[in-house]
Amino acid sequence: MQAIAEDRIRLTGEKKFCDEITALSGQPVISCYQCGECTAGCPVAFTADIMPNQVTRMVQVGLEEPVLRSRMIWLCVGCETCTTRCPRGIELAKVMDALRETAVARKIKPSEPSISTFHKTFLDSVERMGRVHEITMLAEYKLRSGKLFSDLLLGARMFLKGKLALIPEFLKGRSDIKKIFNKTFGK
Amino acid sequence: MRYAYYPGCSLHSTARDYNLSTLAVCKQLGIELVEIPDWNCCGATSAHALNRDLSIALPLRNLAIAETMGLDVIAPCAACFNRMKSSNVAVNENPELLARMSDLIGMPYSGKIKVLPLLAVINEIGTETIREHVKRPLENLKVAPYYGCLLVRPPETTEFDDPEDPQSLDNLITALGAEVVNWPYKTECCGAGLSISKTEVVLKLTHDILSMAKRAGANCLATACPLCQSNLDLRQSDVEKAYGEKYGLPAFYFTQLMGIAFGLPGASLGLDKLMVSPEQVLTTGVRG
Repeated sequence: MQAIAEDRIRLTGEKKFCDEITALSGQPVISCYQCGECTAGCPVAFTADIMPNQVTRMVQVGLEEPVLRSRMIWLCVGCETCTTRCPRGIELAKVMDALRETAVARKIKPSEPSISTFHKTFLDSVERMGRVHEITMLAEYKLRSGKLFSDLLLGARMFLKGKLALIPEFLKGRSDIKKIFNKTFGK
Repeated sequence: MRYAYYPGCSLHSTARDYNLSTLAVCKQLGIELVEIPDWNCCGATSAHALNRDLSIALPLRNLAIAETMGLDVIAPCAACFNRMKSSNVAVNENPELLARMSDLIGMPYSGKIKVLPLLAVINEIGTETIREHVKRPLENLKVAPYYGCLLVRPPETTEFDDPEDPQSLDNLITALGAEVVNWPYKTECCGAGLSISKTEVVLKLTHDILSMAKRAGANCLATACPLCQSNLDLRQSDVEKAYGEKYGLPAFYFTQLMGIAFGLPGASLGLDKLMVSPEQVLTTGVRG
């Protein structure tokens, strides 16, 4: 059956994109036969623009632009429900990771800017200190996302409960961390 | 029993209560935890969202340090556990990747250190031993055991419990003398890392979970993840406002419930840090 699927995709679509995502994710995207199990269990499907099973189909037939510009790839929270339930053994959460990484590498503007900005701000905090420091990270996120007034009450609640560390913890080995970032994320 | 301890960023800040209660109950059970010196953030959701190599390298540095200690690793945070375990599985499946990653972190690593969630170690100890430590059975507590996603999924990676109907937390709660509520949302996702960036999604998912727990007859929840706990507890009043429903469900870390049943003082378990006050369920629900 896989051979038939491959033939069909070769004849109808652009195989290069599928190969690229398969290599980066390590997942046999070509095996998806559209049962929809991933979509049925997806916690963010209710708010997404395309469904997880549509993501695999679009990758198979080489619809690069719409999938890389979709909101779905950013909304995916990595809960691994689809991965766990896929009868074809496709770890779809890893496919979503590969699609985001590809979208960033191609400098495609994320359709969920608040989510991509959060990830970037989180990682910048790790790169600087080796650990996440919530207060500075959240302040930076607010400035970058323009969401200046969101979650002020939540922040106050956390502060009053002593749930926010005032002083950041700096790692001794932060030059090691910096090096890891330079050779992966920064390259 | 001696383990390398990986608290992760949350347990040093927003989940201090998880850290306190973990250290307290492990001490009671004779589990010695040695914090991994100079540990770094595992990268959590954000690293694997944006860069695969980064998401493998960050946890691996901690595992390489643990290897110099000669100890397997306990990670109480479900997200940290999942990232560390994923990273370990990835390098064990691929020797070339292991070599490249060791080079990247500037440390040798064999891939042989085990990464365990705290709940797995407690499970190993067994309910008999847990029962022997119980001084104040949690009578009248009706607990919805909430495992969340990353502790049990995907099963090939986590190698822990059942991904659809896990039992370890259920068994532990029963051993503590509380009633386990049978409910279908044990492993539903709370939206975790979208809490700040896409709050409305988290409010909806958290509403589903809280209202299902309530309907099932729970008077509190037990969690094993700082992200879940923060969404269910810190955000509970926001969810109540958004959905016009009152839940009033304290969301304990399972280690806090253990500590209460073991008769440890509330302050040593960080009970004062819970946003939804546990006072009422505890005064009516715990004997002794």
